[in-house]
Amino acid sequence: MASKANKPELIVNGKRLDGRGFRELRPIKIEAGILKNADGSAYLEWGNNKVLAAVYGPVEAQPKHMADPTKAIIKCRYSMAPFSSLSEHGRSGPNRRAIEISKVTKEVFENVVMLNEFPGSQINIFIEILQSDGGTRAAGITAAAVALASAGLHMKDLVYAVSVGKIGKELVLDLDMIEDNYSDSDMPMAISPRNGGLLLLQMDGEYTKEELAEAIKIAAEAGKTISKVQKDALRSVYEKVEERYNGE
Amino acid sequence: MEAMDMIKTAYIRGLLAKGTREDGRAKGDFRSIKISAGILQNAEGSAQVDLGATRVLAGVKLDLGEPMEDTPNEGAVAMSADLLPLASADFEMGPPSPDAIELARVVDRGIRAGRCVNTESLFIEEGKVWNIYVDIYVLNYDGNLFDASEIAAMSALLNTKVPEYENGKVIREKRIKALKVDNMVTSVTCAKIDGGIVFDPTGNEETAAQARLTVATDGQYIRAMQKGLGGSFTQQEVLDVANGAFERHGMLKNAIESSM
Repeated sequence: MASKANKPELIVNGKRLDGRGFRELRPIKIEAGILKNADGSAYLEWGNNKVLAAVYGPVEAQPKHMADPTKAIIKCRYSMAPFSSLSEHGRSGPNRRAIEISKVTKEVFENVVMLNEFPGSQINIFIEILQSDGGTRAAGITAAAVALASAGLHMKDLVYAVSVGKIGKELVLDLDMIEDNYSDSDMPMAISPRNGGLLLLQMDGEYTKEELAEAIKIAAEAGKTISKVQKDALRSVYEKVEERYNGE
Repeated sequence: MEAMDMIKTAYIRGLLAKGTREDGRAKGDFRSIKISAGILQNAEGSAQVDLGATRVLAGVKLDLGEPMEDTPNEGAVAMSADLLPLASADFEMGPPSPDAIELARVVDRGIRAGRCVNTESLFIEEGKVWNIYVDIYVLNYDGNLFDASEIAAMSALLNTKVPEYENGKVIREKRIKALKVDNMVTSVTCAKIDGGIVFDPTGNEETAAQARLTVATDGQYIRAMQKGLGGSFTQQEVLDVANGAFERHGMLKNAIESSM
């Protein structure tokens, strides 16, 4: 929600600037298992966002005093490449915004990864935003969930994330960069599709109670599409293995 | 990791004693290289290089800036490298490691000494120039980051388009003019293991190496060199590696040009 000065018209003739309807996602593509060294990885394109997620672990928890004798701990680093935005060269390494996103992302996965299977150990999640166009935390979480699954870690569910914003009086799904900058509200959510549980919920702007309920519904509906892309990405890794096995 | 390093070293040494390498290459052979230029749209230039299992992504941004006092008619190039923790279990989170700083500085030296970027073409008007930021992102580590990064940085610069500058404003959506690149530098890196020299070392080979040498050339001159690790090279070995760098330059230059 940048300054309202010079605010462009975000909705023209009932369509958004990129031609999408209010409840329409940008195209999403995910490829699992693309980094050789990582135990699990995923590359995701979500509109113009390009995101890499990698998982290492479980490994011995470091430093030792951080280890939990009852379960694994998760460390998460979300970071934007200095060349990821169309505007100026960014600073290298995580800033305050990135540190907060890293924290809430970690908390999402603490809820779903079966941490009790690996006491005393640590699971590292790395999310690198190579190109950003709004909604990078949702894109990062969606990619990281696939990376965790491709690492073979047991999870209660395959989490996805998406944001629902508000432009004027309209609730709109999946804000892109320009919408994110000038919208009236933005609410990123990470959802467990199994039970609809909200694992990440952030919001700023102005929502009525009715709009909040509606926004959660919109996100859950979009989740069907996102979940399918995630599962297809994982499935295709094993289809490739099967093809190799069968010598095709 | 000490124990792992010893196991890897014994493995690599054992193979070399039998005259082979872990991927079956001869000592002087290089891994296949793939250059994907222009894979990012927000960056002014980009290129990803796959050298065997090593993967490096270079992104270029151009920012408006003031020229240095001693070069009022020229822009500047700043190079940095990140050994991302997602690239290897051995890379850690935190501020740039000495290895990352060395990598960026060696890549920068070759490109700077070769006067690859025409810095005068970065002049806009009095007191205003373009400054170039090249960020090298290591995405997967399997040895020889120097050569992969040199090629990625060179390719990304060659792929770079300069934003339009109109009435004191930068219009990043409008990028037509290609960055003026006058020269092309590529490098060749070798590792010394048990007195033998292997070119284009893998990650395990770098673990086993006593010394490492990088030679960057533009085909006419040697433009930069860097010896790394604790061991040493004989004079003849240095000359051999330099020869290797010249021999390989033409092929790498072609590979970069044909990726554009």
